[in-house]
Amino acid sequence: MFIFFLKRILQSIPVLLIVSLVTFVMIRSAPGGPFDQDRNVPPTVIKNLNAHYHLDDPLWKQYLDYMFNLLQGDFGPSFKFQSHTVNDLISAGFPPTLELAFYATLFALVIGLTAGIIASLKPNSLQDYVPMSSAMLGICLPSFVLGPLLLLIFGIWLQWLPVAGWGQIPGDKILPSITLGASYAAYIARISRGGMLEVLSQDYIRTARAKGLSPFRIVFVHALRGGITPVISFLGPAIAGLLAGSFVVETIFQIPGLGRFYVQAAFNRDYTMIMGCTIFFAFLIVSFNLLADIILVWLNPRLRQHVSEGN
Amino acid sequence: MKFSLQIAILFLALLTSLSACNGKRKTLVELGNEQQILHVGNGDEISSVDPHSTSGMPEYHVILSLYEGLVSKNTKTLAIEPGVAERWEISDDGLIYTFHLRDDAKWSNGDKVVANDFVQTWLRGLMPALANEYASSMFVVKNGQNIYEGKADPKDFGAVALDDRTLQVTLNAPTPYFLQLLDHHSAYPVHIPTIKKFGKIDERGTRWTRPENFVGNGAFVLGEWTPNKYLSVKKSPTYWNAKNVRLNEVRYYPIQKYTTEERMFRSGQLHATYYLPREKLAVYKNAHDPALRSYPNFATYFYRFNVTKKPLDDVRVRKALAYSIDRKRIVEFVTKFGQIPAYTLTPPDENGYVAKAKMPYDVALAKKLLAEAGFPNGVGFPRLTITFNSTDEHQHIAEAVQQMWKDNLGVDIALEATEWKVFLDKEKQLDYQIDRASWIGDYLDPNTFLEMFVTNNGNNRTGFSDPRYDALIAKAALESNQEIRFGYFQEAEKILMDAAPILPFYTYNWNRLITSSVKGWDDNIMDYYPFKNMYLEH
Repeated sequence: MFIFFLKRILQSIPVLLIVSLVTFVMIRSAPGGPFDQDRNVPPTVIKNLNAHYHLDDPLWKQYLDYMFNLLQGDFGPSFKFQSHTVNDLISAGFPPTLELAFYATLFALVIGLTAGIIASLKPNSLQDYVPMSSAMLGICLPSFVLGPLLLLIFGIWLQWLPVAGWGQIPGDKILPSITLGASYAAYIARISRGGMLEVLSQDYIRTARAKGLSPFRIVFVHALRGGITPVISFLGPAIAGLLAGSFVVETIFQIPGLGRFYVQAAFNRDYTMIMGCTIFFAFLIVSFNLLADIILVWLNPRLRQHVSEGN
Repeated sequence: MKFSLQIAILFLALLTSLSACNGKRKTLVELGNEQQILHVGNGDEISSVDPHSTSGMPEYHVILSLYEGLVSKNTKTLAIEPGVAERWEISDDGLIYTFHLRDDAKWSNGDKVVANDFVQTWLRGLMPALANEYASSMFVVKNGQNIYEGKADPKDFGAVALDDRTLQVTLNAPTPYFLQLLDHHSAYPVHIPTIKKFGKIDERGTRWTRPENFVGNGAFVLGEWTPNKYLSVKKSPTYWNAKNVRLNEVRYYPIQKYTTEERMFRSGQLHATYYLPREKLAVYKNAHDPALRSYPNFATYFYRFNVTKKPLDDVRVRKALAYSIDRKRIVEFVTKFGQIPAYTLTPPDENGYVAKAKMPYDVALAKKLLAEAGFPNGVGFPRLTITFNSTDEHQHIAEAVQQMWKDNLGVDIALEATEWKVFLDKEKQLDYQIDRASWIGDYLDPNTFLEMFVTNNGNNRTGFSDPRYDALIAKAALESNQEIRFGYFQEAEKILMDAAPILPFYTYNWNRLITSSVKGWDDNIMDYYPFKNMYLEH
C-alpha cells in the first residue's frame, strides 16, 4: 500500500516538470511581450526592462534559473504588478479562491447528495423527476448565466444580498458560492442517485431491511457508504476544477481570487505570473487527484485488496 | 416525500432569515457618506504607485492622490494652478522657469518638500536602468536627453535648486505646454531617501511602494492594498492644505467588468463608477437619471492605413476609403455612446485649438478617386483586411465600415480580430493593412496628437512620412507665440488630412455614474478628478 502511494507521488514529479516546460515554451512562443503597450515604449526602455528581468538571457538559461529559484520557493517578481512578487500575489489570491471552492463544494455536497438520495429512494416517481430535472438544469446553466441571474433576483430586486465583494459586507460570500457550486451540485445529485440505486438493490440492503432496521439507518449508515463512492472519485478532480475554474465567478462577483490573477497574467504576458499560477494549479490538481485515490482505496475494501495484491 | 418537505422548509427558513437580517443594513455608500469614505471604481488593478514605472490611467488616478507636482490644474477650466510651487516666473524668451515652493509643503513622514527633491526626482526619471516610459517628457529640459543617453553629466541638468524653496528650470526651447507637462505624474516628486532605503534608486519594483513603507507628498497616503480587491488612500495629516481636505479615505476598486461595476453602483456599493456598460447608456439617458455624467474626452478613435502596402500606398485609395465613411451613422447607430463624429485627428481642445482641415464625407468624390486610382466601382480592388483587437465595440465598428465600403465603393474587405498583445505586435511590425487605433492626449495641446505622425515616431506605425509635416512640428516646438504655433499645427494637420494615413472616426465620450452625495467632482475633457477637493454630503 505504502509503495503504491509512493509510486503515485513520484509519478507526479515528471508531470509537474512537463507542465512547467510546456507552459514556458508556449508563453514564450506567443506573440507580444510583457512590456508591449498601446503607446510606443522606446527600444532603450524595452532593452533595459529585458535586462532587469533577465529576459535577454538565452531561453534555456531563463528556464533553468526559473526552476532553480522555484525549488527554493521563489516564483519571481511579477512583471505587471511591480510592487508585488508572484509569491505575494499567489498568497493573496489563493485564500479567497480556496474559501470560495470550499463553500461551493459544501453547497454542492449538501444539495447534491440530498437531491441524489431523495431521488434514489423512489426511482421513476415525482420524487425522482423533480430533483433530477433540476439537476439537469443546473448542469446546463453555465455560471456566467446563473451568476447574473442570482444577482438580479437577490442582489438588485430583493436587495437581500450584496452584488459583489468578498468578506467586505456580510453575506457577500453566499451568491458566488452558490453560483460556483450549482453545476457541481447537479453532477453530484446525478452521480449519487446512480450510486445509491446500485447499492440499494444489493443483497446486504435487503438483509438489513429484512432484519427490520429503520429506513434512516439503512440509507445513511449502510447504503450511503457504498453509494457515495462514485461521488468521492468525482470530488478530487471536481475540487481541482473548482479551484482552477473559478475565474468566471471571481470576475462576476469581484472576488480577489487567484483565477482572476491567472487570466490577467495571460493577457498581460506576465511570464512569471503565468508560470507561477500554472505550476501552482498543476500541483493542486495532482494533489487532489492523489487524495481522491487515497480516500477511494480507504473506502473500498475491494480496491484496497487489489492495491495490496498489486504490490 | 418527507425529506423533500424538510429541505423545502429549511430553504424557506434560510431565505426568510436572509431577507430579515439584510433589510435594514446600511449600504457602503451610506456608511461612506457618514464617514467621508469615498468608494470609486478604478478600471483595473494598478501595476505600481511609482510614478516612474507606470503609465496607465488607473495608476494615474491613484498617483494623483498620493503625490503633488509643482503645479496642478483647475478641475473646471483645466487652467494651471499652484501646487507645491506657490508661484513662478517665466523669462521673456520662455526658456527659464523659476518656481517658488511653498514653505509648508511636507512629505508624509514630516520632512520638508524642497527644490532639490524635484531635481533628484527628475534625474531619477532619466536613469536608463529604471526604464521610465515617460523619460522623454524631461527631454525638454536642458541636457535632459543627453543625461538619459549618457552624453552629459547629471550635474549639468537644466533643473537646479537655487535654495530649498527656489527651483530654476532651463529649457532647450520655449515649450508653451511645459507647465502642463509638470502636472503629468512622471514629474511628481518622489521621496528619494525612502527609495534608497529599500533598494537602488534606479531599481523598479522594490518595496518602498508598499503601504507600510510608502512616503508621498500628496493629500492622501497609501492605506490598505489588497490586489484585485481594493486599494485605499487615507487623508495625510502632513499635507500643506490638509485643513481643506474633507475626505478621510478613498477606496479604489479594480473592477474590469463594467456590468459588475454598474450593479455595484445600483446596490449602493460604489459612489462612482469608472465607466458604464455601453448598453446601459440609453437606459440612464431615457430615465434622465442625474447620476449619469457624459462628457467628451481628449481622445480620438481612428483607423491606421499601412501606407507601405499596395494599394494603400496610393493617396487616392486612402482618401476614397476615408471619404466614404458616414461617421454620424456610426456614432448614432453603432457605437451609441454619445461620441462626437471626428473629421480630423485632434479633438476640439479647451485651450483654443480647433482643427480647420477636415475630411469630407463625400461618396461621389470617393468613387471618383477610386476610379482614378484604377479601381472603377471597386473592380479589381484587392481584398484588404481590417485588423482589430477583439472587443464587441471594435467588431461592430469594423462590420459597419465593411458594409459602407461595400455599398459606397463596391470593395470587399475582410475582418480580423486578434488578441491584444498579438494586435500590438502586428501593428508595430507594420504587419497589417488597416487597423484600428486610438489616442488619448497626455496634455492639453495639439502637439500630443500631431507629434505622433512625425517620421519614425514610435507611435506613427503607418509608414507615413512627409518632411514638410516634420518641419512644421519642429518649428512649432521652438515657437513661444501660441497663435503662430497653432498656425503651424493647422498647416501640419492639413498635410496629414490630405495624405490620409489615418481615418478618424470619433472623439471619445466618457460616461460614468456618480451618486448625488459626491460634491466637487467636475467633468472635463482630460477626465481629471483629484479627490482633494471633493466631499460627501449626507
